[in-house]
Amino acid sequence: MTGIVALYIFMLAAFTGYEVIAKVPVILHTPLMSGSNFVHGIVLVGAMVALGAATTPLEKTIGFIGVLLAAGNAVGGYAVTERMLEMFKSSGARKPGAGAGKH
Amino acid sequence: MGEYFNAAGLIQVSYLVTAFLFIMGLKRMSSPVTARSGILWAGAGMLVATLATFLYPGMSNYPLIIIAVAIGGAIAWFSGRRVAMTDMPQMIALYNGMGGGAAAAIAAVELYRGGAMSTTSATLAVVGAIIGAVSFSGSLIAFGKLQGLIRKSLRFGGQQILNLLILAGAIVCAGLIASGYNDSAATITALFVFALVLGLSMTLPIGGADMPVVISLYNALTGLAVAFEGFVLGNAAMIIAGTVVGSAGTLLTQLMARAMNRSLGNVLFSGFGDTGGGAAGTGTVTGSMKPIEASDVGVMMAFAQKVIVVPGYGMAVAQAQHKVWELCQLLIDRGVNVRFAIHPVAGRMPGHMNVLLAEAGVPYDLIADLDEVNSEFETADVALIIGANDVVNPVARNDKSSPIYGMPILNADKAKNVIVIKRGQGAGFSGIENALFYLDNTRMLYGDGQAAVSQLIAAVKAV
Repeated sequence: MTGIVALYIFMLAAFTGYEVIAKVPVILHTPLMSGSNFVHGIVLVGAMVALGAATTPLEKTIGFIGVLLAAGNAVGGYAVTERMLEMFKSSGARKPGAGAGKH
Repeated sequence: MGEYFNAAGLIQVSYLVTAFLFIMGLKRMSSPVTARSGILWAGAGMLVATLATFLYPGMSNYPLIIIAVAIGGAIAWFSGRRVAMTDMPQMIALYNGMGGGAAAAIAAVELYRGGAMSTTSATLAVVGAIIGAVSFSGSLIAFGKLQGLIRKSLRFGGQQILNLLILAGAIVCAGLIASGYNDSAATITALFVFALVLGLSMTLPIGGADMPVVISLYNALTGLAVAFEGFVLGNAAMIIAGTVVGSAGTLLTQLMARAMNRSLGNVLFSGFGDTGGGAAGTGTVTGSMKPIEASDVGVMMAFAQKVIVVPGYGMAVAQAQHKVWELCQLLIDRGVNVRFAIHPVAGRMPGHMNVLLAEAGVPYDLIADLDEVNSEFETADVALIIGANDVVNPVARNDKSSPIYGMPILNADKAKNVIVIKRGQGAGFSGIENALFYLDNTRMLYGDGQAAVSQLIAAVKAV
């Protein structure tokens, strides 16, 4: 990938990120932050490549920690975002008495 | 098309698919109707990219990779499934910090390996390393503060100058490495030490109330760090996903700061946001607090046309949201128009209270935010305040000497009757006297949140 192509990708992705969430209502701020937190869990693929190319013990150790942390970011981010969004339901989906009296 | 029929081509195509799924996923997550499917789209994208990466040409250390993914993934999965909804903000901070740490680790591996790296690559690697490391240590502090592990906000004179000096140290190391003037292991190590310490010293003085904005900022920074390391590795999926999160996260940070009536500069550099700050403006309140019995409130609500519930974090602490929803369902079944009015800072971060109500089963279309609902209070027969205090204090509208003057509030005082469920007569969380409690149309229902709402349920049933 040449530098200028990378810059094009960077610019277009920056506009995309801004536009995609520009109209998000306040009620979704927390789940959306969690969802975008999950998306940068893609760092996992980079960490895998870095560890895959590591040769010295130092590189392997840091690479291992990198993959461990990245997997935590991706998997944890998914788990909590899914849990939060799973609960968002409209009145149409409400069964009589559902959800009340738990705990 | 023949060039795509090998491992490298398959990886490129997979990353393209991943980028598409991520963007569609985020788009769907920004509307309540499609939000649930959005995370599934994004999740599918992550799976595609991860599996494709195993085909990367010339990779070794497969056992190490698999073990690391398994351990990191398993710990995060079980902690993520078990964490209470009230603790969600600090959990997001923790996972975000891990991402930042991973980006910094990629930079570290690439930098320690040395060898042929162009000046551009080396520059992006070191900048990504600083951002990632700051996000890592800063997010850990944010987690510690919200989790209650770190109770004090460390502040001292000249703190900003010290932070600037640490930043300068990191930049000097970064410059030495990127220019190739001195890229010894010692310099690289010093770079990471400076950056990690900067994350700590930047975050320690910030109070708990401002932490959500900080977490959101670190989320955007991690995205940026991931994008920069993506440049270094020539990995399009990382560049696109990282940049999208970087810009979306920046916008989200601004939206959150605005919703909380704070500016980002204020949050980062002034060390406000410590709850329990100023207790000024206490002398202007006149009148008395008038108590009421649960049975009377029950009758009042049962025969009301419209009831607006104003929940605050206190309700969530008392775990009363399930009872509140049970009460509201009784009222809805009687034909009462029930709405929930959510102030942006009702939870621990904007949108957090919505998650807590959703957990109790409250449909999102009954929940209105500040702008939507404020004109509706005038037509409401009852405003039920539970666990909220400063966000309904009318002094924010009219008392210039009050520390919360100018903060947007819910106009609960405009309702015909205001019922406040409160533990006792003491001043609230911030120490600011609440003029709402003394109004002629306000009655106080004293008691623990959960117990008081249970009494109301019994009272409505008895009507």
